[in-house]
Amino acid sequence: MNRRGFIARGGALVVSFSLLPRLAGAQAAKLPGSLSKEPMLDAWIRVGADGRITVFTGKAELGQGIKTALIQVAAEELVVEPARIELVTADTARTPDEQYTAGSQSMQESGTAIMNAAAQTRALLAELAAKRLGVPVERLTIRDGTMNGVSYGELVAGQSLHVRAQAKSPLRDPMTRTVMGKPVPRVDITAKLTGQVSYVQDLRLPGMVHARMLLPPSYGARLRALDTAATAKMPGVLKVVRDGSFVALVAEREYQAITALRVLANGAQWDERANLPEPKEIYQKIRTLPSQDSVIHENGKSGAGAAMLEAEYRRPYQMHGSIGPSCAVALYRDEALTVWTHSQGVYPLRDALAELTGMPRDRIHCIHMEGAGCYGHNAADDAAADAALVARAVPGRPVRVQWMREDEHGWEPYGPAMLSKARGRVDASGKVEEFQYEVWSNTHSTRPGPAGYLAAGWHVAKPFTPPPPRAIPQPAGGGDRNAIPLYKFAASRVVHHFVTEMPLRVSALRGLGAYMNIFSIESFMDELAAAARADPVEFRLRHLEDPRAQAVVRTAAERFGWATWKKSPGRGRGFGFARYKNLAAYTAIACELEVDRDSGRLRIGRVVAANDSGDVVNPDGIANQIEGGIVQSTSWTLHEAVGFDRAHITSRDWGGYPILRFPDLPQSVEVHLVNRPGQPFLGTGEAAQGPTAAALANAFADATGTRLRELPFTAARVRQALGA
Amino acid sequence: MISLNVNGKTEELDADPATPLLYVLRDQLQLNGAKFGCGLGQCGACTVLVDGRAVFSCVTPVSTLEGRRVTTLEGLGTPEKPGRAQRAFIAEQAAQCGYCIPGMIMQAQALLERTPNPTSAEIRKHMSGNLCRCGTHMRILRAVERAAREP
Amino acid sequence: MPMPRFAVIASVAVAVCAACTAQPVAPDAVPARASFDPALIAKGAQLATIGNCQACHTAEGGRSFAGGRALESPYGTFYTSNITPDPDTGIGRWSEQAFARALREGVDREGRHLYPAFPYEYFTRLTDEDIHALYAYIATREPVRAENRPHELSAPFNSRALVGAWKALYFKPSPFQPDPARDAQWNRGAYLVNGLGHCSACHSPRNSLGAEKKDQLFSGGDAEGWHGPALNARSPAPVPWTADQLFKYLRTGLDDAHAIAAGPMEPVVRNLARAPEEDVRAMAAYLAALAGPPSAERLKKADAALAQAKTVSRANGRGAEVYAGACAACHDRGREAGSGGALPLALGTATTLPTSANLLRIALEGIAPPDGEPGRAMPGFADALTDGQVRDLAAYIRSEFGRASAWTDVDEELKKIREERK
Repeated sequence: MNRRGFIARGGALVVSFSLLPRLAGAQAAKLPGSLSKEPMLDAWIRVGADGRITVFTGKAELGQGIKTALIQVAAEELVVEPARIELVTADTARTPDEQYTAGSQSMQESGTAIMNAAAQTRALLAELAAKRLGVPVERLTIRDGTMNGVSYGELVAGQSLHVRAQAKSPLRDPMTRTVMGKPVPRVDITAKLTGQVSYVQDLRLPGMVHARMLLPPSYGARLRALDTAATAKMPGVLKVVRDGSFVALVAEREYQAITALRVLANGAQWDERANLPEPKEIYQKIRTLPSQDSVIHENGKSGAGAAMLEAEYRRPYQMHGSIGPSCAVALYRDEALTVWTHSQGVYPLRDALAELTGMPRDRIHCIHMEGAGCYGHNAADDAAADAALVARAVPGRPVRVQWMREDEHGWEPYGPAMLSKARGRVDASGKVEEFQYEVWSNTHSTRPGPAGYLAAGWHVAKPFTPPPPRAIPQPAGGGDRNAIPLYKFAASRVVHHFVTEMPLRVSALRGLGAYMNIFSIESFMDELAAAARADPVEFRLRHLEDPRAQAVVRTAAERFGWATWKKSPGRGRGFGFARYKNLAAYTAIACELEVDRDSGRLRIGRVVAANDSGDVVNPDGIANQIEGGIVQSTSWTLHEAVGFDRAHITSRDWGGYPILRFPDLPQSVEVHLVNRPGQPFLGTGEAAQGPTAAALANAFADATGTRLRELPFTAARVRQALGA
Repeated sequence: MISLNVNGKTEELDADPATPLLYVLRDQLQLNGAKFGCGLGQCGACTVLVDGRAVFSCVTPVSTLEGRRVTTLEGLGTPEKPGRAQRAFIAEQAAQCGYCIPGMIMQAQALLERTPNPTSAEIRKHMSGNLCRCGTHMRILRAVERAAREP
Repeated sequence: MPMPRFAVIASVAVAVCAACTAQPVAPDAVPARASFDPALIAKGAQLATIGNCQACHTAEGGRSFAGGRALESPYGTFYTSNITPDPDTGIGRWSEQAFARALREGVDREGRHLYPAFPYEYFTRLTDEDIHALYAYIATREPVRAENRPHELSAPFNSRALVGAWKALYFKPSPFQPDPARDAQWNRGAYLVNGLGHCSACHSPRNSLGAEKKDQLFSGGDAEGWHGPALNARSPAPVPWTADQLFKYLRTGLDDAHAIAAGPMEPVVRNLARAPEEDVRAMAAYLAALAGPPSAERLKKADAALAQAKTVSRANGRGAEVYAGACAACHDRGREAGSGGALPLALGTATTLPTSANLLRIALEGIAPPDGEPGRAMPGFADALTDGQVRDLAAYIRSEFGRASAWTDVDEELKKIREERK
């Protein structure tokens, strides 16, 4: 990134070097959040001579509301109205490199960086004001971008903020906050709900042409022959771009591209292989494929005692299923490539495009523009790569690539199928004496960077080999995320079997392994609680030492009315708890469920959640994320599994991959926040996925006396489990 | 040439008569409200009103729309002056990524035009053809209830 | 799901009124679950899927077997009854004797005649063993307290006495008679198709009094506004069915060379997916034998349909434009079954039927798998298309894909569907 550009364009901003923090000290201490990666203040915040404030983040808005929260943080520490702040998100020419917007880390990383950078900027401005006005810093009245009436713009005129961040900045007293901690309306919602240009799908550039992809019918299929004669004569068709099995059709108008692609598809002959596993044997397959095994946790000694309980849990491939299929716009001109993309990581995408196209990295510019919610690594990067390759073939004209629904369903990288096994026993005092847990999973990250992780990288004539997958190490973990219980057990042992061969394309789906591991472990906790004849909530509290964990468990139970809940035939209640990654937000969920055993249909009653995300910036934003997580996880848990046969993905549209609809929603969803002002931000975005699945599973077991250990809980599976 | 009445304005368009309305709205009239979600009439992201009824614009050929009134999200209101359903959705902050919400708003609008005071069950049933992936459903329901309540 | 059409002339009813009543069976609480062999309950569960019991006796969104589902008919609306073992509102006081009598004779426990909306015309063929298993299953369901909703029938059909008259004319309790000349699979299929499966109820024509025309069995019938296509040699399917294809269809609701189950057939195939595989195979074998080997002419037509299914439609005109913009994205070549593509209409039975009813209902109402279950999904076009456009589309599809003379009942059927949707 070219920071000198800012100074040149901003023109305005120097802070005299006498104001610089002592560099040596600042460098020695670890800088907060992403300041550790990008320590210069003006990479994060610029104050214009006109008083306008621009804040830069390497993170992207994915619908999680990060823009609003970051603006709140900056506004709070800068003491300006949020409306004064313009926020620039992920852009390889403008913003810091914060890698991916993923892992519920945006607030910890970018939010912390911006909060500290803003506080430091305010302090610098205060020193300038004090000097200029001859008033001690502590006597300044700071109000909406002014200090004793002098605007920030006047203060910074002729100064530069190109200074290093310091390790500790004077953060405002949480008790005096006016913007943080308040339910500020989202900055993007009104525009989105009135049809303003909001998404990359809405981007229209002069001279833009439309492309559609002819993706192979199955993994590994090779294009044997392609008849382009019929499409060449069709109205508006400009070009068929082919590179090996990479095929795109370019037309002047969108619907021309769509209709011509159908004809092109008719004239394509593919060599296919049936190289997918037998669907019925997928868990056996995962269990037996070569794996890298590691003991990720061990404490205490296993001993003899009561017989071990044992249970095995299964989770199928599940998809992101964005409502808007992936889209990108690319322009290749003057040997430079600009790509507008809803990728979660514009910088890593730039690396991938450089490798894919052979272009130098500094000739590629990736700009984030929102897409539909992605919930992880979907086909956003693939569409961007497709657009880049097609744009190279039609230089000078912006190319819009829009994947069709069947492209997205068939080719996005799924959340991997997983298998887990829990064993354990309780002692006479009703505590867990021994706990063993093993999880088998593919990697949960095949994100570009490497061109070999792009669909286009597989299909071009000279394909790029995907690098061998690597496990994401603990404490975050990948397939083993949340495989280590937060509970304290006398003896426990957790093993991660990292399965390297990937029968289906897989990558990061919201929560990664945490969804499955929390489902498994929290289901098993209820089985252990039953063995101990203990109430599930009390049993959890018995094993939790962290007071914040205890607080969310108690809050959820109280608000649900756990102690006074009345059982009736066919109805049950369930509880689930986890601290995401064992280091992010705490979430506890209680729910009630009614089972119609003959139809297999489940009706969810009240769902009550308690969440501790640390220092709450936007309570309504957190509530929205938790509510959404609960509903999405309910959909995963009740309905979702990617269908495939020996050659093809068979879930190619919403008929083949049903998700939750309005009639199947819970009766109600309540979210109660436990705010911890002044504490670190704890990522929220993925925190509800696991506890929701566990609460549903436990409620089912409570309602029926039968436990479902294989996801999803379809009507057919429910009927089968309950028998006649 | 095809003549279309969109949001009260008559538009003369050069388009293949079989072209689904969605592409004409987005590419020729530069209206962003209706979204491409599936192109199969399965998700509702492209919902617009035709003569007051909710239809999926991705599978509605423009040839079928001559002499009929098309209303898109843009026809309900503007950022400065959002329409009733839009105001209710904004008030409830009923969006995450927001991609499905224009379709939800149009579907809600169609319901309220025929059933001004829908029950909770009627809302759930009526909205069942529209998919949301962020899980914003509970807020959407609250927004529809609010729109019914507040003039 | 049978379509009762027992228009009865009053004088006939008076003449045979002596046959109107039967003795009540003494109330007797259904036995506890523990008294039934679990294997018997499981057998009953499988038989119940073939009988489609649950689909009829469950209201939309309601509790299983608690009744309340509306069945529209020319005589008014029937509401199915609560057959859970709730003692007050269900059949919790029905002994097996009372249960068997209802199935075989169409009489409830108190001795009142049951309307033939309940298909005892077919269930009368059930064996003692199968009734025993069905009773074990039904008696062990979750009791649900749900009062039966009275039927809403116009006079004179709201008189139970007339039912007795109708039965005297058209109903004769009789067990299944196997045909020793046929093999065991055929006989099993015949027993299931003509008994528990009550396929003929929808797939045979009925006379003006609502009784099956015995000489035209399986020549096509009506159910809930849909046409049940002929299953005998008159089958209108563009491609003749094989037993394997029938099996696949009955099991999954979808055969790529024929049809997707819709309307009243949709719950039938969903249930058959849970039935014993060999039973569904037997039904398929029986039905394939019923149609007999296809003629040379039919085979020739089938080849033409299969060839047409591989092409992209190219016709002009208003109906063709509607098809191109509304239907082709899924139904034309270029989007195969493997990528979620829909049935090429040249193979669709709805295009070749004697009535436009099924095509219109699919086009207007769409096809939706049950919530949460994978399947083919199609939107309904009732609000998108005007009546004129539906007529254009139907005419185009009929001539282009059905390759048959124009339907004459489009206006009438369209009016019916529009009325229902109001």
